[in-house]
Amino acid sequence: MNGTLNLWLIPLLPFAGFLLNGIVGSRLPKWLVTTIALLTPLAAFGVVLNAARSVFGAGAAIASLPYIEICPMGWINAGTLHINFSFVLDQLSLVMLLVVTGVGFLIHIYSVGYMAHEDGYARYFSYLNLFLFFMTVLVLAGNALLMFVGWEGVGLASYLLIGFYFKKDSAANAGKKAFIVNRIGDFGFLIGMFLLLATFGTLTFSEIAAKLTANPAWQGGILTTIALCLLLGATGKSAQLPLYIWLPDAMEGPTPVSALIHAATMVTAGVYMIARTHVLFNHSPFALGVVAVIGAATALFAATIGLVQNDIKRVLAYSTISQLGYMFLGCGVAAYSAAIFHLMTHAFFKALLFLAAGSVIHAVGGEQDMRKMGGLRKKLPITFWTMTAAVFAIAGFPPLAAFYSKDAILYAAYLQGPGGMALWFVGVVTALLTSLYMFRLWYMTFMGESRSPEVHPHESPWSMLGPLVILALLSIGGGWIGIERFGAFLAPATGLKVEAGTPHLELMLSGVAVAVALLGWLIADRLYRQKPAEPAQMAAALPGAYKVLANKYYVDEMYGATVVKPLLGFSRYVLGWVVDVGLLGGLTWLLASMAVFAGAVLQRWQSGNLRSYAAWLAAGAAAVLLFVLYGGWPASMELILKVAGR
Amino acid sequence: MNLLSQEVPISWYLLLSAILFSLGVVGFLIKRNLITVFMSIELMLNAVNLSFVTFAHEWHAVKGQIFVFFVMMVAAAEAAVGLAIIIAVFRARATLAVDRIDLMKL
Repeated sequence: MNGTLNLWLIPLLPFAGFLLNGIVGSRLPKWLVTTIALLTPLAAFGVVLNAARSVFGAGAAIASLPYIEICPMGWINAGTLHINFSFVLDQLSLVMLLVVTGVGFLIHIYSVGYMAHEDGYARYFSYLNLFLFFMTVLVLAGNALLMFVGWEGVGLASYLLIGFYFKKDSAANAGKKAFIVNRIGDFGFLIGMFLLLATFGTLTFSEIAAKLTANPAWQGGILTTIALCLLLGATGKSAQLPLYIWLPDAMEGPTPVSALIHAATMVTAGVYMIARTHVLFNHSPFALGVVAVIGAATALFAATIGLVQNDIKRVLAYSTISQLGYMFLGCGVAAYSAAIFHLMTHAFFKALLFLAAGSVIHAVGGEQDMRKMGGLRKKLPITFWTMTAAVFAIAGFPPLAAFYSKDAILYAAYLQGPGGMALWFVGVVTALLTSLYMFRLWYMTFMGESRSPEVHPHESPWSMLGPLVILALLSIGGGWIGIERFGAFLAPATGLKVEAGTPHLELMLSGVAVAVALLGWLIADRLYRQKPAEPAQMAAALPGAYKVLANKYYVDEMYGATVVKPLLGFSRYVLGWVVDVGLLGGLTWLLASMAVFAGAVLQRWQSGNLRSYAAWLAAGAAAVLLFVLYGGWPASMELILKVAGR
Repeated sequence: MNLLSQEVPISWYLLLSAILFSLGVVGFLIKRNLITVFMSIELMLNAVNLSFVTFAHEWHAVKGQIFVFFVMMVAAAEAAVGLAIIIAVFRARATLAVDRIDLMKL
C-alpha cells in the first residue's frame, strides 16, 4: 500500500472546530465563529473527496479497498484481547462519509442563515461540529467498540442539540427522552458486543466476517442472539418499532439539526450498523426476518400517523421513521446495497424537506402549524420549487431519486417468496400513504390562499437557499447512478445479492409503485385542494380511527403506563423513601447525632478554669509517664488499678 | 578532689529536684493567685535545671549544662511576657484570682 489518505483528519477536523468554538467561541467575533464552523467540515469533506480520488481516480494511489489506518498506540491490550483505534475505508464507509460530510457541510451553511439571530450561535456550531466528529468516527470505525464510541457520541450531540433551547421545558424533556430511549437500544448493542467478544474473541469487523465466511454451515444459535441484540441497538438509534418514540419529540431542536441529525445522518446509523455487520445477519435467517418485519411494520405504522399530523416538522419526522423502515426492510431481505442506496437518496431529499420546512418556518415567523399556512408558493418561490422537487422525489415519481432506491428495496422484497410478497404489499401501501401525506403537506403549506393573512412571509437569505438548490439537484439526480451500478460498487463491502427476477417483473413492480404514488397525489389533490372540507368530515365520520391516529396510537401513553410510571413509582417510593430517606438518611442522621452527643459530653472539659486545665495536663503527663515507665497498656493499667485499689 | 560527688550521693540531688518539681505542680494546681501560679512554674523549671546539672556532672557531659542555659533564657523571656500579661489582666479585670479569669469557655 503506497500513499496515505490521512483518514484520521476526517473526524479530527470537526473536533478541532468543536474545541475552538466550544471553548472560546462566545468571545470571538461572529464572522470568525462562522469561518471556523464552516471550514472544518469543508476540510473534512475535502479529505473524503481526496480519499475517493486516490482510490478511484486516474492513477489511483491506493490499490485496493478496504484501506485501513491503525493508530500506532494501542487502545486496549488485555491478555489476548487487542483493540485498536482503526479506521477503515471501504465502499460502504466511503458512501456514508460522502453523505455525512457533504450533506453535513451544506446544513452548516444553511445554519448560518437560520441561526443568525439566535442566542448561543457559537454553542450551536460547536455542537454541530461535535456531531460530525462522532458521526465520522462511527462510520470509519473498524471495530465494534470504536463504533460504539461514535454511537454514544452522536447520541450525546443529538441530546445537546434537541435541548438546544434548554430554557423551554418541552425541548429539555425531549432531549432527555431521546437520550433515555437510546439507552435501551445501547444496552442491546453492548450485550451484542459482549457476546461477539465471547463468541469470536475479537470485535474487529473484518476478523468476525472472515471467521463466519470460513464456516458457512454455522447458522442461528448464538448468532441469532447477537444479531437480535445488535438489532435492538439499531432500532433505538434509527427510531424503529418499538423504540421510535423519541424521534417525533426530537423536532424540538432547531430545524437544521432535525435535517442533519434526525433525518439525514444519525438516524441512519442503525442501517449502517446492520450493513456493516451484514455477514453476521446473513448467518441468521431468523434475525433477518425480524429486521424485515420491523422495518415494514414501522414504515406502515409511522406513515399512518403522519397522515393526521398538523405540525409540519412532525409530519416529516414520521416520514423519516417510515423511510427508515424501508431501509430496514431492505436490510431484512439482505438487499444491503439497496438499503444504503435508499439511505443516500433519503439523506438528500429528507434533508431538503427539513431545510425547506425550516425556510418556511423561518419565513412565517416560527409558526409550525400547517393549518395556519397556505398560499406560500408566491411568497417563497425558491423554497416552493425545491420543496416540490423533494415532495415528488419522496413520493416516488420517476426519474427522481427515491423512485430508484425505494423500488430497489421493494423489488428485492418481492423476490423473497410469499412472505416477501406480503412485505412488498405493506411497502406499496406505505408508498401510497407516503405520497398522500407528503402532498397533503405540500397543498396545505404552499397551495390555496394564506390562512394567516396578518403574516407577511419573506424569502430566506441565500445562505439558506443555496443548500436547498444543491440538495434539490441531488434529490432529482441522485437516483441516476442506478441500483445496478450502485450494487456493483458496494458489492465488495456488502456482498452482491443475486437477483432472480426478470426485467419484465421489475418494470411491472415499478408501474405499481408509480401508480400508487399518482393515486396518493390524486387523493391529496381532492381532499386538500378541491374539497378542503372533506378531511374534517371524514374525521368526524370515523371519530375512533381519527382519534387513535391523532394520538399516535397512544403508544406514548402506553409506555407511560407500563414503563415510566412503575419506574417512577419504584424510584420515588422504594429508592427515594426507603433507600434514600430511610437507609442513607438514617445512617447520616445516626453519624451526625453521634457527633452531637460526643460534643455535648466533651464540651464540659472546656470549663475556662485554668486550674482544671492544669490538672488535666498534669494527669495526662503522669499517665504518659506511667505508660513509658511501665511499658504498655497492661502494666500501666495494673499500676493504676493498684493505686486506685489502695 | 570532687567534693560534691564524694560527700553527697546523686540520688539526693534527684530527690531534691523531684520535691521541688512536685511543689511546683502542687502550687500550680492549688494556688489561686496568678503570680503565685507563675512562681510555681519557675519552681518547676528550676527543679528540672537541677536534674540537668546533676546528670551533666555525673556523666561529665557538658550538654546538660548548655541546656540549663537555654531553659534559663526561655524562663527569662517567659517571665517578661508572662508578667506583662499579668499586668494587662490586672488592669482589665482588677483581680488576679485565676478562678475568675474564666471567659475562655463555651
